[in-house]
Amino acid sequence: MIASQSAIALEQVSVRLGGRLIWGAASASISAGEFVVVLGPNGAGKSTLLRLLLGLVKPATGRVMVFGEAAPRGNSAIGYIPQRRNIESGAAVRGRDLVALGLDGHRWGVALPGKRSQQAHAQVDDIIDAVGASAYADRPLGQLSGGERQRLLLAQALVSQPRLLLLDEPLASLDMRSQLTTTQVIGSLARARGITTLLVAHDVNPLLGELDRVLYIARGGVAIGTPDEIITTQRLSTLYDAPVEVIRDARGRIFVVSMDGAPARP
Amino acid sequence: METQVSWNPLANAQALLQYAFMRHAFAAGTIVAVIAGVVGYFVVLRSLSFAGHALAHIGFAGATAAVVIGWNPIAGLLAFTIGSGLGMGALGKRIYGRDVIIGIVLAWTLGLGVLFLSLYTGYATEAYALLFGEILGISQQDVVITLIVGLATLLALLALYRPLLFASLDEEVAEARGVPTRWLAIAFMALLALAVAEATQVVGVLLIFALLITPAAIAERLTARPTYAIIISVALALVFTWSGLIAAFYLPYPVSFFITTFAFAAYLCVRLAAAWKDRVARPSAEGDHTRLKA
Repeated sequence: MIASQSAIALEQVSVRLGGRLIWGAASASISAGEFVVVLGPNGAGKSTLLRLLLGLVKPATGRVMVFGEAAPRGNSAIGYIPQRRNIESGAAVRGRDLVALGLDGHRWGVALPGKRSQQAHAQVDDIIDAVGASAYADRPLGQLSGGERQRLLLAQALVSQPRLLLLDEPLASLDMRSQLTTTQVIGSLARARGITTLLVAHDVNPLLGELDRVLYIARGGVAIGTPDEIITTQRLSTLYDAPVEVIRDARGRIFVVSMDGAPARP
Repeated sequence: METQVSWNPLANAQALLQYAFMRHAFAAGTIVAVIAGVVGYFVVLRSLSFAGHALAHIGFAGATAAVVIGWNPIAGLLAFTIGSGLGMGALGKRIYGRDVIIGIVLAWTLGLGVLFLSLYTGYATEAYALLFGEILGISQQDVVITLIVGLATLLALLALYRPLLFASLDEEVAEARGVPTRWLAIAFMALLALAVAEATQVVGVLLIFALLITPAAIAERLTARPTYAIIISVALALVFTWSGLIAAFYLPYPVSFFITTFAFAAYLCVRLAAAWKDRVARPSAEGDHTRLKA
């Protein structure tokens, strides 16, 4: 019964990719409106979690429920920002056009002028305004900074008015300042609109002010809770099955250090 | 040809169009320019330049094979380009070493083309027409085939427009929104194959880029709006084709030479203009850079 009230429910989920077991019987539940940061080492299956929720990967066993339904493909209730390595092909196109595709890019044919097109136009304008990207939405994406581009991609993800937002490393390759402003924009929009948010990150520190809980993925296991519950020496040592130490500095920032010398960021 | 340029454009047009071969050339050239302009925009977006080039060469083998067995070369061209286009689409966009596979197949099919040419006795003019285009030799029947294929390609592109644009710009998000990206990739390769087969008649296998890539590449530099870029791309392809035909009518040099030269000149102008604008707009580019770093 608990599962039907939550936005996302993973029930005993196992995933195999290319014959390798990524996850084994992982369970977790996320309530509607929660802001959850997904952490874990490279290759632990953070992006796989998002692809499971998008219906692009099917679990080998168990159930993945999104708003009480087995995760379907092409779910319009989900806004998604994938991990970007490059946007070469979109570099010569206006940010506004990319945002508009988030609204009607899955529809066949061309957009015909009319009431629907005017409505779409207004919706695109509104969301670009809401993320604070109006000043540069008409410039080609290739001319924008990483932070500006990320805001427009956020607008694209939000323009279809999703109930769930999935963000795969949106802070990667942003400078410190853009990391903070991007986090604030995401956090305030998600809260104002009651959108459940899963954000995959390498470093939890810029997100500490916005998040409700963290979901830690390591070695096929999943742990979810507040940072104080999860990011502890004991919990992470169990998850990694190796000795790690968690250090908190005077300002509350968290650092995870592997005991065999190599630093590991949460 | 006994022709003189007059100061009266209407008289010039009359002089040009009094010949059936010129009317056919203008008709086929116009259809091909429209298709190449639209398809070319997506070729540039999807970084398929090499695939387009390869399709043309593979089509060459198909056309020569058709000639050997006494068929219309366009039929052979279409069969080979569509077949290999579907094959390339099935390879997928992200497959490592895809260009290497295409290159290997391309070399082999060109070898086949040479074999078929040697089997056909009257090969010289036929090969020349295929390699460099022979738009002045287009028959009325060819114009009709070109029109039908062109209309079909254009209608398909209209139907696929939004998902194709979405998948070309942002494949992962498109896939997540339920756009069948893999299927679209294959469908687009088939459409590209049709466009290549059509454009081969005008500029030939070797000069295909002049119509398929250059107009779209220029358009992409002039506007950041996809719809405007497609319109500009089509307009440029039309201008290059028409002016090429007109120039070749009055001057004793091949049409393909004029089309490719006009296309190249336009590209050069746009690049130079952009470079000049950049220098005027940002005289202290270095200062900006250091400020960003700090």
